[in-house]
Amino acid sequence: MNTTEILSHLPYSKPFLFVDELQHIDENGVTGSYTFSEDLDFYKGHFKDHPVTPGVILTETMAQIGLVCLGIYLTATAAAGVPGHVMLTSTAIDFMKPVFPGEKVTVTAEKVYFRFKKLNCTIQMTNAAGEVVCKGTIAGMVTNKMNA
Amino acid sequence: MDRQLLLSKLKTIVASYSHDKDALEYLNETTDFTKDLKINSANLVDVVLDVEEEFDIEIDNLSMERMLNVSAAIEIIETKLKEK
Repeated sequence: MNTTEILSHLPYSKPFLFVDELQHIDENGVTGSYTFSEDLDFYKGHFKDHPVTPGVILTETMAQIGLVCLGIYLTATAAAGVPGHVMLTSTAIDFMKPVFPGEKVTVTAEKVYFRFKKLNCTIQMTNAAGEVVCKGTIAGMVTNKMNA
Repeated sequence: MDRQLLLSKLKTIVASYSHDKDALEYLNETTDFTKDLKINSANLVDVVLDVEEEFDIEIDNLSMERMLNVSAAIEIIETKLKEK
């Protein structure tokens, strides 16, 4: 399964799709990027007159690129061959720098393990200057159903 | 391995993922990981991975699916230890 096919299997759409492209994916990890449009609705309220990308959105962006794209790839290339859905089950993220409207971020995830349908990754987000924005670990269960 | 020792090692492992203090304190062979200890399916995987590491055994998919309570876990661990 190539990167275009993976993107077409993502279950998100605007305004909750936080993946623009995948630069690389293999069985051990994934790299992808996303640019936060200045028009995104949450900037109106987070914060009043001082737009900054919320931590939960950075976490979601890391989950969509690092966990969901990798989970789809791993299940599609497995014996069964059916791309699964990934249910987020835990996150532990440290935040280092703010991400402002219009910034492009790159997410890199490395698989720690994928066993008994659980995918666990170490994950990192960098900004255009190459500085680490946030990093940590993230895990999910790969299921056949969207809301199991 | 002695059954009591095995049970106490298992208790130490599940303690990290349990969300019910009382059920953990009174852990016995009838304790159910999900219903009693409130461990979710993702952390159940971590219990199994920790069991593999602690007892130096490998748990297969079928055993994983059966490992829903303390008595099943003990039986599976004892069987795998004998196979070593």
